[in-house]
Amino acid sequence: MITLPHYLVVSAALFSLGILGVLTRRNAVNVLMSIELILNSANVNLVAFSRFGPGGLQGQLFAVFVIVIAAAEVAVGLAIVLTLYRLRRSPNLDEADILKG
Amino acid sequence: MSPTAVIFWIFAAVTVGSAAVVVFARSLIYSAFALLFTFFGVAGLYLMLGADFLAATQLLIYVGGILVLLLFGVMLTHKIYDLDLRSEVTQFLPGLIVAAGAFGILTLTALRTPWAAGAGRAPSATTEEIGDLFLGQYLMPFWAASILLLVALIGAAMIVRRKKIA
Repeated sequence: MITLPHYLVVSAALFSLGILGVLTRRNAVNVLMSIELILNSANVNLVAFSRFGPGGLQGQLFAVFVIVIAAAEVAVGLAIVLTLYRLRRSPNLDEADILKG
Repeated sequence: MSPTAVIFWIFAAVTVGSAAVVVFARSLIYSAFALLFTFFGVAGLYLMLGADFLAATQLLIYVGGILVLLLFGVMLTHKIYDLDLRSEVTQFLPGLIVAAGAFGILTLTALRTPWAAGAGRAPSATTEEIGDLFLGQYLMPFWAASILLLVALIGAAMIVRRKKIA
């Protein structure tokens, strides 16, 4: 019998893999991919609670909004990465230290 | 094991396994294509949870939109003759400790908490109900989300534009 904790553990694995990617990759596009993993894990949680909890469809509605935010975030994030690449000729995040005093 | 459980474990393995490839692959292209399988696995999990509309949305927007956008990002931030597309790893050990700690705490919470054991919502077609909710009770957030998307897309175009109009 597959119940709520199964989905929560899968989502936790997805979330911590995303955290690992954000913390350890140097490439900015790869960091954006890892952020997508984190948002997807949040979505799995929302839909699982919507299925097993008493709230009805509200979790799924929340998940739709998370998808909208993810689309907006990727568009703006990639625009920033492209501008940074033009400035520095490198997609690596640790070389983006222009604001350092 | 029941057939449902088998299908769940297959989807879970596809999701987590390809997510691991996204994080650990040396090549950016491998990461991008592994992300495709992660999105498919998550869509399968949505289907198992009875969220048919969300599964279709996941495929359309993530696979058709966000993944293509990310692939553009990969291609545009490398020289075109640069076949390598390597992505290096820094500070691996601290990151691993943080991620393992997060996984341990979340798993403990998920397994220890006595979740309210209700029957929940029986799986049924959700599209009509979601549409009713968006254009009825949740009209205001729906409208705000559309404004957010418009602003984000205009902002993205503004940021990458080369010349400034004085």
